[in-house]
Amino acid sequence: MTQSTNYGQSWLTRPFTERSTQIFLAVLLGAVALVTFLNLTMPEDSALHVSTYTVTLMGKYLCYALLAVAVDLVWGYLGILSLGHGAFFALGGYAMGMYLMRQIGDRGVYGNPELPDFMVFLNWQELPWYWYGFDMAWFAFLMVLLAPGILAFIFGYLAFRSRVTGVYLSIITQALTFALMLAFFRNEMGFGGNNGLTDFMDILGFDLRTDGARLGLFVASGIALAIGYLICRAIVGSKLGRVSVACRDAEARTRFIGYRVERIQLFVFVVSAMLAGVAGALYVPQVGIINPSEFSPLFSIEVVVWVALGGRATLYGAVIGALIVNYAKTVFTGVMPDAWLFALGALFVLVTVFLPKGIAGLLAGLTQKKASTDKSVAGTAQEAGV
Amino acid sequence: MSIMTEFTRRDRVFEFLAPTQSPVDVRHGPILYLEDVTVSFDGFKAINNLNLTIDDGELRCIIGPNGAGKTTMMDIITGKTRPDTGSVWFGSRHNLLNMNEPEIATLGIGRKFQKPTVFEALTVFENLELSMAADKRVFPTLTAALTGEHQDRIDEVLDIIGLSDLRERLAGILSHGQKQWLEIGMLLMQKPRLLLVDEPVAGMTEQEMERTAELLTGLAGKQSVVVVEHDMGFVRSIARKVTVLHQGSVLAEGSMDQVSADPDVVKVYLGEDD
Amino acid sequence: MSIIRSLRLLLTACLLALMALPAQADDAQAKSLLKQLADAPNAKKGAVISDIASSGDERARQWLEAFADGKLAQNEETGDFVIVLENRGRNWTVADALSGEEIGEVSRRDLDSIRVNNALRRELDGILSVIDLTVQDPEKRLTAARELRGSVDETLIERITALMEAEANSDVKAALTEAIAIYKVDALGDLDAVAQLSGSLNIDARAALTNAARSDNAELAAAAQTALDQIEQKLKLNNAAKTLYFGISLGSVLVLAAIGLAITFGVMGVINMAHGELIMLGAYTTWGMQQLLPGQPGLALILSIPAGFMVAALAGVAIERTVIQHLKGRPLETLLATFGISLILQQLVRTVISPLNRTVVTPEWMSGSIMINEALSLTLNRLYIIGFALVVFAGLMLIMRKTRLGLEVRAVTQNRAMARSMGIKATRVDIMTFALGSGVAGLAGVALSQITNVGPNLGQNYIIDSFMVVVFGGVGNLWGTLVAGLSLGTINQLLEPWAGAVLAKILVLVFIILFIQKRPRGLFPQKGRAAEG
Repeated sequence: MTQSTNYGQSWLTRPFTERSTQIFLAVLLGAVALVTFLNLTMPEDSALHVSTYTVTLMGKYLCYALLAVAVDLVWGYLGILSLGHGAFFALGGYAMGMYLMRQIGDRGVYGNPELPDFMVFLNWQELPWYWYGFDMAWFAFLMVLLAPGILAFIFGYLAFRSRVTGVYLSIITQALTFALMLAFFRNEMGFGGNNGLTDFMDILGFDLRTDGARLGLFVASGIALAIGYLICRAIVGSKLGRVSVACRDAEARTRFIGYRVERIQLFVFVVSAMLAGVAGALYVPQVGIINPSEFSPLFSIEVVVWVALGGRATLYGAVIGALIVNYAKTVFTGVMPDAWLFALGALFVLVTVFLPKGIAGLLAGLTQKKASTDKSVAGTAQEAGV
Repeated sequence: MSIMTEFTRRDRVFEFLAPTQSPVDVRHGPILYLEDVTVSFDGFKAINNLNLTIDDGELRCIIGPNGAGKTTMMDIITGKTRPDTGSVWFGSRHNLLNMNEPEIATLGIGRKFQKPTVFEALTVFENLELSMAADKRVFPTLTAALTGEHQDRIDEVLDIIGLSDLRERLAGILSHGQKQWLEIGMLLMQKPRLLLVDEPVAGMTEQEMERTAELLTGLAGKQSVVVVEHDMGFVRSIARKVTVLHQGSVLAEGSMDQVSADPDVVKVYLGEDD
Repeated sequence: MSIIRSLRLLLTACLLALMALPAQADDAQAKSLLKQLADAPNAKKGAVISDIASSGDERARQWLEAFADGKLAQNEETGDFVIVLENRGRNWTVADALSGEEIGEVSRRDLDSIRVNNALRRELDGILSVIDLTVQDPEKRLTAARELRGSVDETLIERITALMEAEANSDVKAALTEAIAIYKVDALGDLDAVAQLSGSLNIDARAALTNAARSDNAELAAAAQTALDQIEQKLKLNNAAKTLYFGISLGSVLVLAAIGLAITFGVMGVINMAHGELIMLGAYTTWGMQQLLPGQPGLALILSIPAGFMVAALAGVAIERTVIQHLKGRPLETLLATFGISLILQQLVRTVISPLNRTVVTPEWMSGSIMINEALSLTLNRLYIIGFALVVFAGLMLIMRKTRLGLEVRAVTQNRAMARSMGIKATRVDIMTFALGSGVAGLAGVALSQITNVGPNLGQNYIIDSFMVVVFGGVGNLWGTLVAGLSLGTINQLLEPWAGAVLAKILVLVFIILFIQKRPRGLFPQKGRAAEG
């Protein structure tokens, strides 16, 4: 059968039967298991040993990859180029950061059991109301989903209802994250201003500075990426995913066959924002800090270029793009830091001009060529008409 | 709360689950009324005091020179454009001016655009699948799974529009005429009470045109069809009743022969054609 | 105090050195006056001081100040009078009292300082406070009279009253009257004086009235309060005018930054994220010009206007030819590619010039301010920028409305295929339009270099604002951009006093985001078929 999609299957089980998803999960989970194994069993002087530093670095990349998948979901399948997904990432990160701050308890520099250090420093008398509950893990983790989700819901509700699309939407998403960055820079906001939240000690009772906790976070990031990928696959493989593509390519037509385009956009946008929030939440304990620079428009737009490099509307392309660009960034900034922005800038230009379908497009082109020579194609005459 | 009880009511089925029974009230005859509709863009009156009535099951052709307001009229009926004044009713129960495009589509008005618009990145099969009358809200769409019955329905339409062999092909690679057919097929999947068809035979061969004419006349009776077309030969071959639009209002109405004889019409439209 | 005095002394010394010629004629008389001062016994020195002060000699102030500081001396050998500039060590640096020229070091033993006592100092203080009121130049007299407000006391009142009555210049007279009234309100609780002060914006006048309003004399207190209320009203008005001025000034900066974008984005539909960096190039051109023409910042600035335009326009053409033309009809990809270019340009400036901010000199004719009244003065550089923005806007309007290029641009925008078939070279129009929009960005950079730091991040600070202005105004509408820029600038300034600069900016951004949701096509949307595309 040439039919790749099983339209009759339940949306939840469908991803597991897809070949590409099976391969992706096998590679991802295999790599995570391998790194874990090498980190735990190999002696430190062995060439095969993976240091905890490297493990944390990879964990960070996995968080970025999840963020890229979230961006691909809205950009690739829905045609909404969000230049503000960094905002959702950062909000998830702040929710996690607030939990980690509260876990410090009275072990901070000022020893205040209630207030984080920066609040004591700024002469705050009591904990602001929006910090309530963040001492409880379940509440904080819920907020990791809800904070970006609610922002995305409000923003998306207003934007999609008014049919703000295309570049207009891109520009106002950028303005959104810019406004949030300015807001979080303010000390009065109660999120640590410039310095953000840092000096974390432990998470769920584990000391963050131990190798075990770091490995655990790496594994958690891998699993989160796997689950996030599955959720996205389930959506894009479903009828809703096809309607999303329909909205992307012919919004008016989709409306005229009876779909509430704005609701579909809103649903996918909120799911994507939540995934970005989770990525941010896992990112923060691994890098040990969250500050307003994560809201910077530059970061958000950089994420888009990861996706563009990897290939839009493929999901795995987003992962590939995120890993390549961030690995390159690590290498570049280590060896010749001045050249990084040149390289990144050139990447933006080259990918958009020469590689519109990204790396995934290149790969697909190779495999398709092979496939099309195998198959005797029906309706070649129609193809000639294109 | 009331929403919940609405959902859990067992004494009736949802409108979308009862495709054969339309909620449209046509006991008083007409399925579509346009009354004194006016719409202007930057001072230019695209539609000027337009009055139009379409009977249930009727096949109506609408002709008129460029800029007569044909496409704008369709925009108004389908909720894309809001008129400045006037009223638009679907049956005697539904005021279309209070509804948006998806609501109007769900109610049973299907539209084919002047320029064929299909979902080019999806296969022919998927184009039809998405158009199928179903619960089109977000979560039902997410969890939707295709049943054998649906499959049969799609196959049936594929057969009608002659694209069975191309079902797995991306719609983007179809020829112009095939796209027109696919779009008509998408309309059929919606099971509408009223079809608005804008220039259905543009880019079609004589043969394809004949089939289209056959299809549209076949639909009439069960469904109401409004065809906007420039091709006079085609109009003549299907028309029972023709409405001539000029400068946003009705210039003449009647059979093709009556209309052709009308001196006003000859002056503004047919005269140019000769 | 003494530091300021000696500085002033030095300054006058220099000035005098320049104006030595006309002074020479009176040197004989001056010398005799100084000789009298040196020779007279302390009791009689007072009279000599008055003579010197009323002599009308330009150098009188300088001599008396030196005398009060004990720095007026006579050279025992030559008999010349000198002013001691530096009196540390054995040898003192001195200047000739008559010519003002520095004559080098003289042994302290050879110098005979003219002694001064406390009684004389008090007298000198009084005389010195009013001595500037007797100079020829009415501008100087006005400054002196204004400075007197709040520092009049009973020792001076008679002198000042006499001077006020003799004063011919009405401005000086008014200032002196005010100074006297402040004294009268403060010291005497004079009701008439209170009436005189109502409406005055001077801070000392307000202080005097505030004191009077608290006095036990109910009548006086009430009158003072009324006067204060009037002043308050006037101040509010002035503050509103000030806010409006700042708002329009900020708004014209926004207009300048956005108007080029209004052309490339609004007319051509190209999203150029490197627009901010084109602005930056314009600013750096100004800096470069000033490096080429050291010492002539004004000329450099004027030359920068065409140069900045050209540099940015050429950069724009390069961007259009290399990248944008390959991405026609793919606005989101254009956005990403031009963002990449903006990164490259920023980093290029960081590497080639410096990551640090460069200083661009403001020419003299642009610095300073116009004082409308005491509570309101308009800074000149901002006034120039407002004017510049309006000129640029008017120029663009002319180009778009009246020239062949404008006509062709509008034709290509509305129907590319049709325009081409009518013989318009669409590619050439694209290049020209993009060059125009980019060049205007360069002009914005030249203007911005006068009010903000010129650094690699300059462009980034304006790009989001610029897009907001264009979108808010309605894409494709130059008037919309003007109105949007000015109103956003004013809104920002209105919010700032109670919200603070950052919060005001956030609020404006949120406002625009919400506004776009309400009216996706901006303030002045295009309607009808043209808008469907």
